[in-house]
Amino acid sequence: MTDTIEEHADPTLHKGDALVEMQDVGKAFGPIVALEGINLTVRAGEVACVLGDNGAGKSTLIKIISGLHPHTSGTLKVDGQDVKFGSPRDSLDHGIATVYQDLAVVGLMEVWRNFFLGSELRKGKYPLAPLDIAGMRRIADEELKKMGISVKDINQPIGTLSGGQRQCVAIARAVYFGARVLILDEPTAALGVKQSGVVLKYTARARDAGLGVVFITHNPHHAFLVGNHFIILKLGRRVLDKTRDEVTLEELTTEMAGGRELAELSHELRT
Amino acid sequence: MSTPVTTKPPDTPDSTKPQRSLASRILTRPEFGAIAAAIVIFIFFFSVAAPFRTLPAFGTVLYASSTIGIVAVGVALLMIGGEFDLSAGVAVVTSALVAALTCFQLSLNVWVGVLVSLIVALGVGFLNGYLVVRTGIPSFLITLATFFSLRGINLAVTKGITGTVASDNISELDGFASAKAIFASDIPLGFMNIKITVVWWLLFTALASWILLRTRTGNWIFAVGGNAASARAVGVPVPKVKIGLFMGVGFLCWFYGMHLLFNSASVQSGLGVGNEFRYIIAAVVGGCLLTGGYGSAIGAAIGAFIFGMTEQGIVYAGFNPDWFFTFLGVMLLLAVGVNLYIRNYASTRR
Repeated sequence: MTDTIEEHADPTLHKGDALVEMQDVGKAFGPIVALEGINLTVRAGEVACVLGDNGAGKSTLIKIISGLHPHTSGTLKVDGQDVKFGSPRDSLDHGIATVYQDLAVVGLMEVWRNFFLGSELRKGKYPLAPLDIAGMRRIADEELKKMGISVKDINQPIGTLSGGQRQCVAIARAVYFGARVLILDEPTAALGVKQSGVVLKYTARARDAGLGVVFITHNPHHAFLVGNHFIILKLGRRVLDKTRDEVTLEELTTEMAGGRELAELSHELRT
Repeated sequence: MSTPVTTKPPDTPDSTKPQRSLASRILTRPEFGAIAAAIVIFIFFFSVAAPFRTLPAFGTVLYASSTIGIVAVGVALLMIGGEFDLSAGVAVVTSALVAALTCFQLSLNVWVGVLVSLIVALGVGFLNGYLVVRTGIPSFLITLATFFSLRGINLAVTKGITGTVASDNISELDGFASAKAIFASDIPLGFMNIKITVVWWLLFTALASWILLRTRTGNWIFAVGGNAASARAVGVPVPKVKIGLFMGVGFLCWFYGMHLLFNSASVQSGLGVGNEFRYIIAAVVGGCLLTGGYGSAIGAAIGAFIFGMTEQGIVYAGFNPDWFFTFLGVMLLLAVGVNLYIRNYASTRR
């Protein structure tokens, strides 16, 4: 079966290459430190999972990589070069695509318009050049079929698709446009069990095609299914950093649930 | 002999892709409500008002529609882009006054005034847009501030320079005839005359519709109105699109302002107040959502046509014209109701 991901993934990616390296990265909003001392390496063909409770700094971390907020300390390297992103376009130009939990798509726009948003095919280079609408419809339709997303009509507003399908369209779009690093922000948070499964399968396929994936979640079960490397954040700091061999699901779950604090709490409640 | 086993790809339901039904697709067009309303209103006035049935009357209706429709098209695009402009009504008069005062006071060719006024109109649009994207203050408030500022400037500067509330008559200046030919002439069609603004109105509507549906810019307009954060994340330059839309409204205000000026050679500085709502109502009746991301340029033109028909129809039918505003209110409420229904229908899962 042909696969969108394998077809469009960058053939120069080698499993294990460091694509994004963060060293001691931090972000302060005025006097408030949202993130501090983060070391994270995203490697080709691997899924780096970033776990954390609400307010742990997960969103700030991805916003730095995806160009929404520049970092204020430490270094961010992409393909070995120091960078500081000023806008999401900068980040996209470096092959980093982000799929956001709730704002992946524009609900009232047609599926094909969403698929090509920001990278439209045009019949010329001049301003107001006509769009290649037939071409975009055809490609979007083909790509979605290959992924097994059955869309009744490529012209229907994307808001009429299910949450899982919308996430998959957004992921497929990122890969189709040559992303080398894929950042998934809580892709399964709002989804049911079956829909989450679809998204996780797709995440694994992106990994196997050689992309570097950053998977942000607060669900250790989902993370453990696809992850190679796990980082847990708490109040803007890293509290756990282990590879798959060094950690068990129990350890992740306990640490996520509060670890020692939880043990203390249960001790207190029992007495 | 062995035959190669060909594996058939699994039959997805897509192979017999059931398109959405024709009725469903027509019903979810943003213009649907406006077209239905326009037909009903046309039939109503056609049956109750005898003078409405004549061709010259139809020419007058078209002219009245065009005076709303030219600016309404720009306002519709802006609303699809998720923003709002309350200063459009007085910006029209500002443009006309700038052109009139500049060329009269300096005794220049009127085309110099026209050009200066274009720059000012685009500048006002740019300022509105820049303040909105830079401060994040809702455009309702920013343009409300612009509305009052311009209203004051229109009166104060005109009175200060001319000593009256109107600009001086510029019909004796060089270039007046050629400017009038472009902005305010009559086009004889043999059986009837139509104002050139009608042609411009249809042209601007066609252009706006093309931009909206067939170009990348149009895609971006829908996206910034529908979900600005999501548009930004995929690389759409949201601030540029929004500023551009405000400047588009500025351009169309300038154009209609030039019509006002060259139609009567002078402008009253107090005009234009209240027209901003007519443009917005035309856009909303034509299917634009107040929250952005949905609407059409053709809808706004139909909204303006409904305006023109009613404004003239009430007079032809011999009704008390005071009822016009009541009609507007009822029309707006109905339009918002229909639009709400259409949006829910278009965005629910099926």
